[in-house]
Amino acid sequence: MELLRLIFKNLTRHKLRSALTVLGIAVAISAFGLIRTVIGAWYSGIEASAPNRLIARNAVSLGFSLPLSYKESIRSVPGVSEVTYAHWFGGIYIDEKHSQFPQFAVGAGDWFDLFPEFLIPLDQKSAFLRERNAAVVGVKLAERFGWKIGDAIRMRGMIFQGEWDFVIRGIYRGAQKSTDETQFVFHWEYLDERLRETEPWRAGHVGWFVVKIADPSQAGAIAQEIDQRFKNSIAETLTETEKAFVLGFISMSDAILVALRIISMVVIGVILLVLSNTMAMTARERLSEYAVLKTLGFEARHLIGLITGESLLIGLLGGIVGIGATFPAARLFEDAMGEAMGAIFPAFEVAFTTQVACGLMAIGVGLAAAAFPAWRAVHIRIVEGLRRVG
Amino acid sequence: MSDALIELKEVYKSYYRNSMEIPVLQNISLAVPEGEFLALMGPSGSGKTTLLNLIAGIDRPSRGRVRVAGTEIHSLGESDLARWRSRNVGFIFQLYNLLPVLTALENVELPLFLTPLTKRERREHAEMALQVVGLADRMKHLPKQLSGGQEQRVAIARAIVTDPPLLVADEPTGDLDKTSALEILDLLGRLNGEFSKTIVMVTHDPRAAERAHTIRQLDKGELV
Repeated sequence: MELLRLIFKNLTRHKLRSALTVLGIAVAISAFGLIRTVIGAWYSGIEASAPNRLIARNAVSLGFSLPLSYKESIRSVPGVSEVTYAHWFGGIYIDEKHSQFPQFAVGAGDWFDLFPEFLIPLDQKSAFLRERNAAVVGVKLAERFGWKIGDAIRMRGMIFQGEWDFVIRGIYRGAQKSTDETQFVFHWEYLDERLRETEPWRAGHVGWFVVKIADPSQAGAIAQEIDQRFKNSIAETLTETEKAFVLGFISMSDAILVALRIISMVVIGVILLVLSNTMAMTARERLSEYAVLKTLGFEARHLIGLITGESLLIGLLGGIVGIGATFPAARLFEDAMGEAMGAIFPAFEVAFTTQVACGLMAIGVGLAAAAFPAWRAVHIRIVEGLRRVG
Repeated sequence: MSDALIELKEVYKSYYRNSMEIPVLQNISLAVPEGEFLALMGPSGSGKTTLLNLIAGIDRPSRGRVRVAGTEIHSLGESDLARWRSRNVGFIFQLYNLLPVLTALENVELPLFLTPLTKRERREHAEMALQVVGLADRMKHLPKQLSGGQEQRVAIARAIVTDPPLLVADEPTGDLDKTSALEILDLLGRLNGEFSKTIVMVTHDPRAAERAHTIRQLDKGELV
């Protein structure tokens, strides 16, 4: 306890130096936390993916579609309990800047049965099913544009030409934090109906099938069976778990994620250098005091406790301030990202695990930075240390 | 060996610089009885401080035996030696060596952290030591708020607070004005006379050495 008092007093010996070191660590911890939050948000789709859902898409690439007629064939595969489908729409709402949110033409009848994490009131679901050009939007998207039930909106098709009118009939909420609340879904039939008139060769196709299976442990075998059914057809399928499907998307951004991870490591290195420098300076200045303490009978463990305690305290203070600053930093990041935020990071939260990681980082850095100064203080000969007095 | 508080037998001490051996003390044999006030004198580089360090257990002889307060300290390990010092030796340095962030009372209390005393007992002991050195009214002062003489008195209070049998003082008046130096020498005399502390003092100052019962001269690492 008395050593703790001495640690606190030592900490306030050079107030400006200690404050700047704490601030430096806080900035670095905050940056580390923000980077981890960004990486975590990138992977939030994986967290939201269900183990009992498979995605069957064209084996060539997502840019190629599949005939809707596959649905029944997939449905008949043993182990498959439900099948629905979706098509990427890619419309422009107001302008391109405002249009970065997921828009899908979906099999309206069973879409919400396969995605029970999208919570929609029953009356809104019924209203959606009744109307051909009805749309359901996520609550975050609705908040972003100020949409209410009954609002009519118009989009300009980029993949599917023309003006497209919709009426908002439902607003869903996510069952979990990681659920994407920025989607815009409408009837695939509405899309198909127009295509039959304007581009009939594109009608009757979907982007991918969502396949619900009864037993997730059979996912591999079922996926194989589905792909086998369409082997050597004009549109072969590639079926994988929803998780693998999302990971496939993320892997397109692999280079960015690797860069972010490297930056986060560099940030840790910077914190370590900042604190190590402070502790080395501190220990060098106090070598004579350590020698005096040793003379009085204090042992190596006491000196290690003094130096490590001070380093740990600086690290912890920096960590606490840094973790606290991560939340406003995340909000600033969201503001800076503006409207693209929802499309890129459907779920952007400073996770508890990130806070724990930041805390552990601060503790680890505190301990590591004390190692050399403590070693030096323990190993300096008393007579040598006493010569440094004055 | 006899019953002397301090007994050195055929002690040698040398340092190495660039693999060259530099002898500092040669064949030192010395016995200091309990209650003695010994002054070690000699020119710079004669080995006075090295001898004091060996007696105080903060340095080790290259050869020979050092027995202090009944313990062969030359053979103790680091931890045992540290514990031995905390119980048996009080240190008084030329430049006081007080911790600048601690008050006079806290500095004096410092060696007591290594004892099983309660917080209250530690406080009482430290206050008593400060009273002995006449600084009861400066307990809450930081070292920078004290004069050199007062700082040295705090250092003496710290040296006696654990009631060790031996006090070692390395040029205790070397950094003080004449008046303060006299006060410190009076105080050391009192500690030796009233409290029966054995004192070994290194000094260049003949007036300081006069206060000792015995003066031993060192020259080129040998007692003369």
